[in-house]
Amino acid sequence: MSEPEPDSTGRRIAGEARSRIRFEEEALEHADQVYRVARRLVGSREEAEDLVQDTYSRAFRSWRSYTPGTNMKAWLLRILTNLNIDRGRKIQRSPDLQPLEEGDYFLANKVAEAQGEQALETEKVVEHLSQGSIVDALSSLPHNFRDVVVLVDIGDFSYADAAQILDIPIGTVMSRLHRGRRQLKQRLAEEAAA
Amino acid sequence: MSKVGDCEKCEELLQGFLDRELTEREHAQAELHLGGCDYCQRRYTFEASLRRYVRLSAAERMPPGLMERLSQLRTTDAST
Repeated sequence: MSEPEPDSTGRRIAGEARSRIRFEEEALEHADQVYRVARRLVGSREEAEDLVQDTYSRAFRSWRSYTPGTNMKAWLLRILTNLNIDRGRKIQRSPDLQPLEEGDYFLANKVAEAQGEQALETEKVVEHLSQGSIVDALSSLPHNFRDVVVLVDIGDFSYADAAQILDIPIGTVMSRLHRGRRQLKQRLAEEAAA
Repeated sequence: MSKVGDCEKCEELLQGFLDRELTEREHAQAELHLGGCDYCQRRYTFEASLRRYVRLSAAERMPPGLMERLSQLRTTDAST
């Protein structure tokens, strides 16, 4: 009966350590982007820092559950959004906030979107707003909409990646994104008119 | 001259067009319409600007020390 060669065990351990180091270095390369998304999902810089630290802590601990070569930024953001939910954000689906089914998406678009020249008027006004106004308007969006708008417009994720990160259907991503962007414009227009 | 129906269709496709999430055929359709329609072109320009503003609004640097703190979270113990 033979025991495992000490050499091969040593090689395996060394190989694993190298993989882990590579993983950690790659994960840290995304820190700026991860922070940028976190900052727009929560209320303050301090909260964002805490959230990012907790995210990386968990990421480093569960490094083995990441499949090399796959989208690491999405993997990290998934951890982050789950942690954000765990932090006591209540996901209550009240009837008003029921996400639209895919088929309703275009219908809602037609009904709610200002048509014609009226739309262009709103847009002319919004164009002159400041950066601070946009930050405020973003943070005033309902959580469901804000998550998607931030992931797609700031995190630069595709609809499919956002769906995977948030664990929702693509149709829901599209409808929340569209409604979120529309609400964003409305809030900016309201502020500009004030 | 663009028909109202075409603008409606373009409006439906606009978000997907900006997000680069349309099929090749839809993308070509939208692009063709935008090339010849002043109204939709202005809508497109505005939507693109809004995206840019939103992205700029998030151009916030990591607070000093955070990167250092994250690096310190890295494993030093090979047995975990």
